[in-house]
Amino acid sequence: MLSEYQLADATATLRGPVFGRRRGLAALNTGTAFGVGLATLWLSLLVFIPLGAVVWQGQKDGLGSFWDAATAPEAAAAIRLTVGSALLVALANAAFGTLIAWVLVRDDFRGKRVVDALIDLPFALPTIVAGLVLLTLYGVNSPVGLELAFTRAGVVVALLFVTLPFVVRTVQPVLLELDVEMEQAAASLGAGKFTTFRRIVLPNLLPAISAGTALAFARAISEFGSTVLISGNLPFKTQVASVYIFAQVETDNTGGAAAVATVLLVIALVVLLGLDLLQRWAARHA
Amino acid sequence: MPRYTLRVVGLAYLTLLVGVPVGLIFWRTFENGIGPVVDSLTDSSVLHAFRVTAIVAFWAVLLNTVFGVGVAILLVRHRFPGRRLLSVLIDLPIAVSPVVVGLALILVYGRFAPIGGFLDDHGIKVIFAYPGMVLATMFVSLPLVVREVAPVLEEIGIEQEQAAWTLGANRLQTFRRVTLPAIRWALAYGIVLTLARSLGEYGAVAVVSGRLIDKTQTATLVVEERFQNFDQTTAYAVSVTLAIVAIMILIVINVLRPEEPS
Repeated sequence: MLSEYQLADATATLRGPVFGRRRGLAALNTGTAFGVGLATLWLSLLVFIPLGAVVWQGQKDGLGSFWDAATAPEAAAAIRLTVGSALLVALANAAFGTLIAWVLVRDDFRGKRVVDALIDLPFALPTIVAGLVLLTLYGVNSPVGLELAFTRAGVVVALLFVTLPFVVRTVQPVLLELDVEMEQAAASLGAGKFTTFRRIVLPNLLPAISAGTALAFARAISEFGSTVLISGNLPFKTQVASVYIFAQVETDNTGGAAAVATVLLVIALVVLLGLDLLQRWAARHA
Repeated sequence: MPRYTLRVVGLAYLTLLVGVPVGLIFWRTFENGIGPVVDSLTDSSVLHAFRVTAIVAFWAVLLNTVFGVGVAILLVRHRFPGRRLLSVLIDLPIAVSPVVVGLALILVYGRFAPIGGFLDDHGIKVIFAYPGMVLATMFVSLPLVVREVAPVLEEIGIEQEQAAWTLGANRLQTFRRVTLPAIRWALAYGIVLTLARSLGEYGAVAVVSGRLIDKTQTATLVVEERFQNFDQTTAYAVSVTLAIVAIMILIVINVLRPEEPS
């Protein structure tokens, strides 16, 4: 039997989450308030205050010096290379990621499970190991005669490696859910394979492809470990933004590091917010 | 035969980008037999680095698991002002460059920064020491547990938890006997992902650790240091060890995945 006290306790606990909606902080039960407080404190100490400090450090001596530091020739070259190669890599992922997702869902061949598991390897592999792995094939004395070390092409290959799973893993589940009957209907009405793909499949996949592409772009502009070894870090040539920031931190130029870091943070935030809006839009129009 | 064309193009892309390079590093490492690999891995600095990696990963995984489950329950089971904002900001660490993470932590917890200076006066060293490395690792792997656990919590609903409450179970009992068994596969998946990220973190740890050999050098830092110093054998041996761990983690993930309710 439940004691009266236990029953009162149980209903009080139930009331919190179920009936406490949208009445402001005052209506929260102590457990929720404590949890929210703790999570906020924790995130502030770990994420918000440190990232705020970066932005603060970047503009501490005025917006003019922020602008000078962010547009210094070496910094600007690094940012240009980073954004440019990230765009290229994001587009390549949109195409190849969709193609690979298609092959993994619609095609059937021996060893498909292994290939499917292989897609996640770039996520699981430490980035510095990824860099070394690529260097063994595309480095000096490349066994296939393709020497990409210390070139911009090498940077692009490193970024392609680490961003491989994003588009594949966002498109794959959508493709699995997609009804084949629509495509069959289109085919029976005389549409060719390409037309069916362009008019039926692609519109359904587009939200997933854009989401995966945006994530790949965000990852590519912030990538560090995999580009360290293969790029050789030549300023004006192969130095990406993260490597530039690292070099500035090492030489105690935190102002210059913080300025470029702020530029990266702003780009990342814009991409994340854009992605959030895109997903809301897609959910409304689904 | 467009089907075969697509298959060939897709597989060729994967082979050139992932398959051949990863296979080649294994071949290069064991080219001269297993002897040099064992010698490299039993080097005292390398062993120390693996120990540092293990310690940092252990604390990062432990703290992120507790935090992740807590925040997931908060986001799914509770309603409070700023809930949507918290849900968006939780993902922020994924998009931040690891080097920026390191810089950010130095600016706050460095010896000459306000909070870092205060802690330093009380004998707590954060930057160039374990606490900073754990913070950096936690930062980069922050959303992984939350993002796995939250959808499952949403899925299972609150009926069972309510039943437990009405039968007189307290919060802790309800969590341990009802909620935890329901989320255990998602939680395991999140923990494994966090572990993989923690063992492999390089950029953020490179900035905050100071890369002191035999002190704060981790396994990934050894790879870079030995490679730059032309000790390729050790760089390859440590890389392959980390790659084997990554592949084992992938296998665990693939075993866990079908258990998840989809």
